[in-house]
Amino acid sequence: MKFSVLVFPGSNSDYDAFYAASAVIGEDAALVWHKDTDLQGADAVILPGGFAHGDYLRTGAIARFSPIMAAVKAFADRGGPVLGICNGFQVLLEAGMLPGAMVRNDRIKFVSRLVPVRVEQTDTPFTAACASRQVLHMPVAHGEGNYYADPETLAALEANRQVVFRYSDAAGEVTPASNINGSLNNIAGICNRQRNVVGLMPHPERATEAQLGSADGRVILASAVKALASLSR
Amino acid sequence: MAVIDAAVLERHGIKPDEYERILELMGREPNLLELGLFSVMWSEHCSYKSSRVHLRTLPTTGSRVVQGPGENAGAVDIGGGLCAVFKIESHNHPSFIEPYQGAATGVGGIIRDIFTMGARPIALLNALRFGSLATPLARRIFEGVVAGVGGYGNSIGIPTVGGEIVFDEMYSGNPLVNVLCLGISRIDGIVKGAAKGAGNPVFYVGAKTGRDGIHGATMASAEFDEKSAEKRPAVQVGDPFMEKLLMEACIEVMKTGAVLGIQDMGAAGLSCATSEMGSRGGVGMAIDVMHVPQRETGMTPYEIMLSESQERMLLVVEKGREHEVIEVFEKWDLHAVQVGEVIDGTRLKIHERGVLVADVPNRALTDEAPVYRRPMKEPSWQKDVQHLVPGDLGAPPAAQAAFERLLTVPTIASKRWAYGQYDHSVGTNTIAQPGMSAAVVRVKGTTTGLAVSVDGNGRFCYLDPHRGAMLAVAEAGRNVACAGGEPIGGTNNLNFGNPERPEIMWQLGEAVRGIGDACRALGIPITGGNVSLYNETEGRAIFPTPVLGVVGLLEDASKTTTRAFKRAGATVVLLGDNLGELGGSEYLATMHGKVAGQPPALDLSREAALQKLIVSLIRGGLVDSAHDCSEGGLAITLAECTFNSGGIGVTADLGAVGEGAWQPNATLFGESASRIVVSVSGDRLEAVMAAAKAAGVTAAVIGKTGGDRIQLRVGGTTAVDAAIVDAEQAWSTAIATQMGRR
Repeated sequence: MKFSVLVFPGSNSDYDAFYAASAVIGEDAALVWHKDTDLQGADAVILPGGFAHGDYLRTGAIARFSPIMAAVKAFADRGGPVLGICNGFQVLLEAGMLPGAMVRNDRIKFVSRLVPVRVEQTDTPFTAACASRQVLHMPVAHGEGNYYADPETLAALEANRQVVFRYSDAAGEVTPASNINGSLNNIAGICNRQRNVVGLMPHPERATEAQLGSADGRVILASAVKALASLSR
Repeated sequence: MAVIDAAVLERHGIKPDEYERILELMGREPNLLELGLFSVMWSEHCSYKSSRVHLRTLPTTGSRVVQGPGENAGAVDIGGGLCAVFKIESHNHPSFIEPYQGAATGVGGIIRDIFTMGARPIALLNALRFGSLATPLARRIFEGVVAGVGGYGNSIGIPTVGGEIVFDEMYSGNPLVNVLCLGISRIDGIVKGAAKGAGNPVFYVGAKTGRDGIHGATMASAEFDEKSAEKRPAVQVGDPFMEKLLMEACIEVMKTGAVLGIQDMGAAGLSCATSEMGSRGGVGMAIDVMHVPQRETGMTPYEIMLSESQERMLLVVEKGREHEVIEVFEKWDLHAVQVGEVIDGTRLKIHERGVLVADVPNRALTDEAPVYRRPMKEPSWQKDVQHLVPGDLGAPPAAQAAFERLLTVPTIASKRWAYGQYDHSVGTNTIAQPGMSAAVVRVKGTTTGLAVSVDGNGRFCYLDPHRGAMLAVAEAGRNVACAGGEPIGGTNNLNFGNPERPEIMWQLGEAVRGIGDACRALGIPITGGNVSLYNETEGRAIFPTPVLGVVGLLEDASKTTTRAFKRAGATVVLLGDNLGELGGSEYLATMHGKVAGQPPALDLSREAALQKLIVSLIRGGLVDSAHDCSEGGLAITLAECTFNSGGIGVTADLGAVGEGAWQPNATLFGESASRIVVSVSGDRLEAVMAAAKAAGVTAAVIGKTGGDRIQLRVGGTTAVDAAIVDAEQAWSTAIATQMGRR
């Protein structure tokens, strides 16, 4: 399969996602410039981490106007799997492709460390290969990862099983102490109603090799491969 | 026409004898713009006029050296046609005046030095010094600097992978912010900062020029006084987004081959870039300031030439290939504009709307800048501070109490509070996480890895600058070796007080002599660095603080290790000799409020043998863990081996050194050099002991890993006994506790 990784000016994890998908997982991958309008035959699209356009307004606020985003929306509308990681998640929120918003971490400071995250849903293209309630250790690195949504939106997210990942402890218990940034309901990642668009703050692409501290994130990319294989069957 | 009188010269930091030299080099009176050029280019910061005679004595060559000092950064061969490009640079003065922006622009500046060489930056480290965290000023500066270091590096996406932070009230009025950046380039892809070929166009790209930072280099070359806060406009504001675009565009544009020379505009801005590029290439350069993109209206040529606005580059492009360069920059929404051209001769000619407003031989600004052999004099107090009689200190505290106290001293305590704000995983190369002895990054596309460490000990250098500097080189090399890296190159940042004082100059001279001696003995060529002088506030200098950055090569990046114990039941071995030396130790400073004595002795041939031994043991997979002994001595070293290990304890008997009542504390907390604690599993012990013997390194079995406590005996008597969970909690939260949740 082919992963297309978008490159916005200010993306800084674009090459990491490209490398994980190609060199580590062994699938085809392409870097797609934000001014392009064609996704180069993508089977899955990744919006990578970084600080697109400098994030001087709100994180992700400008990137949604990039020409490539029309193609991403059309791709998602056709059911194509789209994954937003960190800043890519923020772009999806700003673009209205996922509900809610990000605000400053509750402890104000940038948070950078390996954290455990519990998989809540396995019926998305990016968690299809996960076990239910599997705990994945992945790095976070963000200053604005505090997920917020109004009460109705939050209730709908929970009712529709759209919360895909929650910050937990290593045993998979979702506790206030394991909430690293103040996110409502310990939310680390969500999907849309159609379940094909997923956004998360932790970085699976940085956790694909044990040598670098964790290989738990491989299953996220492997899930896309599995989901696509089952679709084409 | 402005009159150049004594007041004008003083404002420009130019001494009367220097002005005489300017008159001689110019063959006439300079105008104000020309004087401004001399002012910034002859500043200590740009010209190294006080340190140059000393720096020349450093070893700078070696079989792996691809680029030595004199370029934007140094480079060493790491095999496979690749080189490691690295340099350390300080941003001390700006960080005192405006901590966040001072630190952020320091990071931005050193990153530019690396990608200017054609290398892709892959890691950042920093060596920081602050006053005591007990004071609000030090906390504010610490908080701002850490946020600034993170703010810039995190955004641009270069991981901050390691470093060191030391707190001492000697830095309360003068923090140190030294940043090292490491990049990777193909050896044949290195681009230099030299102009060539008359007629070739000179392009400006990046941020517009504003009035910020005018005379920043001159500011960094003066002492601070109570009016320093008024110098805030001389501190620049960083824009990491602009730098990210510049970095990507420059790396891309250099691949076209159309760029003949490139230099960033850092200290002294356009003045420095134009004169240095011309001077390095043996050519002249002519520019017209009207073409320089400007952020503000009504800027004079003087302001444009001296501005230190950040994130700007100057490029010399092969004539006829301009469109290739412009196209790449436009892709990144950057506008490359031609501001001038390379000319025959060796003069820098500056025009304003076609009118010649400055005409200076460019070598007069660079190579012919004054070089001072400033007077040096050993301070009258030097011998006194080296005098230490333990008996004069009163009864020593109980070892257990000292151990518990030292764990929470900010210099020793975990720096997680700081590095938890640094993105260290971006780039997916970081093997050893921050908080280990050295940082280890892999080089993608190869099996190789690079270990990097920055080290310095101001206390040791204050007590004996020559030995203190040697100890800094030794420690940086040892840290790299403890991660399995063979030291292959170094970079130094010399942080000292006012060089016009003979005592300070003596410290600098002695320290550089020490760096040279140690680098020669350990086979570490110095490929570049930075000098920061005038680190004084109201006449009080910092400790002399040379900081060494050392890069080590791991031929197989998978053969590395960290300080943490890996399994219970392993044998703990001390490589090197415990001499119980308390001089200049953290123990002495913390428990007795004293900075005194002789710094630990250093036998460079033993150090070299130790470093070679540990690299070969790690490569051979013979040791589970390795940890250098430094601040806090053997006791803290052993405790640190249990931290981040998943709770693997240690029981050790350390023998006994030192005299009488001082024996336990000297044994536990003395900071003797050339020591490494390793843990060894199963039947490998024999091989380790044999290798040590063959290398001529003392090796002693001192204990076993296991249990959930840190139990240390001195001469058979239990001196320290602590649960890991308590010790690790105290160590890992000490700084956060001091900083509060603000």
